[in-house]
Amino acid sequence: MKSFVEIVRRDLRLALRQGTDSVMVVTFFVLTVVLFPFGIGPELNILQRVSPGVLWVTALLASMLSLDRLFQTDYEDGALELLTLSPTPLPIIVMAKATAHWLTTGLPLIAAAPLLAVLLNMNSSGFVTLIGAMLLGTPSLSLIGAVGAGLVLGARRGGVLLSLLILPLYIPVLIFGVGAVDAAIHGFSPNAQLLVLAAILLAALPLAPWATSAAIRQAIE
Amino acid sequence: MVPAMTDTGSFPLFSGSDLICIRGERVVFSGLGFDLHAQQALVLLGPNGSGKSSLLRLMAGLLKPAAGQMRWQGEPLADREAHAGRLHYVGHHDAVKPVLSVIENVLFWARLHDPSTGSAKAEAALERFGLDHLAGMPGQLLSAGQKRRLNLARLLAAPAPLWLLDEPTVALDKASVRVLEETIAEHRAAGGMVVVSTHLDIDLPGAHELHLDEFGAPASWAEGLWV
Repeated sequence: MKSFVEIVRRDLRLALRQGTDSVMVVTFFVLTVVLFPFGIGPELNILQRVSPGVLWVTALLASMLSLDRLFQTDYEDGALELLTLSPTPLPIIVMAKATAHWLTTGLPLIAAAPLLAVLLNMNSSGFVTLIGAMLLGTPSLSLIGAVGAGLVLGARRGGVLLSLLILPLYIPVLIFGVGAVDAAIHGFSPNAQLLVLAAILLAALPLAPWATSAAIRQAIE
Repeated sequence: MVPAMTDTGSFPLFSGSDLICIRGERVVFSGLGFDLHAQQALVLLGPNGSGKSSLLRLMAGLLKPAAGQMRWQGEPLADREAHAGRLHYVGHHDAVKPVLSVIENVLFWARLHDPSTGSAKAEAALERFGLDHLAGMPGQLLSAGQKRRLNLARLLAAPAPLWLLDEPTVALDKASVRVLEETIAEHRAAGGMVVVSTHLDIDLPGAHELHLDEFGAPASWAEGLWV
């Protein structure tokens, strides 16, 4: 557990001092969402209709932007070898790195989402559900993304390959994330969709770090 | 060949037998065995590509042998984390984070190995390798030799009985090589073990030698029959 905290703290420190990844992710999120009113036109009811989907799709793409760096820098400078040679089980280390990734990309996305929802004229009855769904959904994105980041280690053009591998796996989170917000906007209870998002997270918590560890061991052999 | 028994113990702490290593459809070495007793140093010798690094990675558990077995105190290695907890591996890369300071770099690795490591111990390790005056400097400003010394400081910051050092003297100046020799001598005097791959520029009194070219694959194996 102490090692878990130690790794999260180190990755946060690295992210804060390098500073580019989080800013880049949020900027990408904002810019892409802002593009939609230009593309679709300023009709408020159309924007209102598509807003949950636009927010979720761009959030998925944004959270994927920094994923290829999750293990890549550690892989290149030898730190990943040393991490696998620590007395802490590798899945715990992976979980710590995914946690740090979520704190540096998932959380800023959640903070930016309500502002962008206003921009898209989303019905304000969906705001709380949007935040709740993103709180449940974005950790799954980091965890599932870690599997892809482990698999493309050492591959050339890993970033592109990573999107091809991971985007299909993001679809369930997208469906139920959008479903929850839509339900809330139309006055239904979003509980069912939120529970499914929670279930996806609970399944990803043990499975993704385990699969990622196997991928990492394969990569450093 | 296999180092002879020494008088420090009747059976070896760490040993391997009949090890075969295959890398990319090529047999690097086969039928290799080693015995390591407390206080012993083992020097791996051989031309480039003879498998010195592969053997060290095998010993560390980063690689799996294609055949053969390694034992710790007579027990087969099964628990990966327990084995990782009793060794330090120094490879070709120094794993120095450019935006972390020297002390933060060494403290992180030491705490990962032993969460109770205090900063005093890390500072002492830095002092030993002559890096104490650079403790607050970010890793990106270090020279290659200083990065290597920072990597070696991990050895002292969190103790472990088995040191696996892959060409540890690369980029080091003469004074630092001497510090490393002294550190290894103290480690052995305290009952530790060291395996070093090197090109003969490090002086380890009483070390056993393992010539890896003697374990090269027979010519008939080189034809890809093995994969």
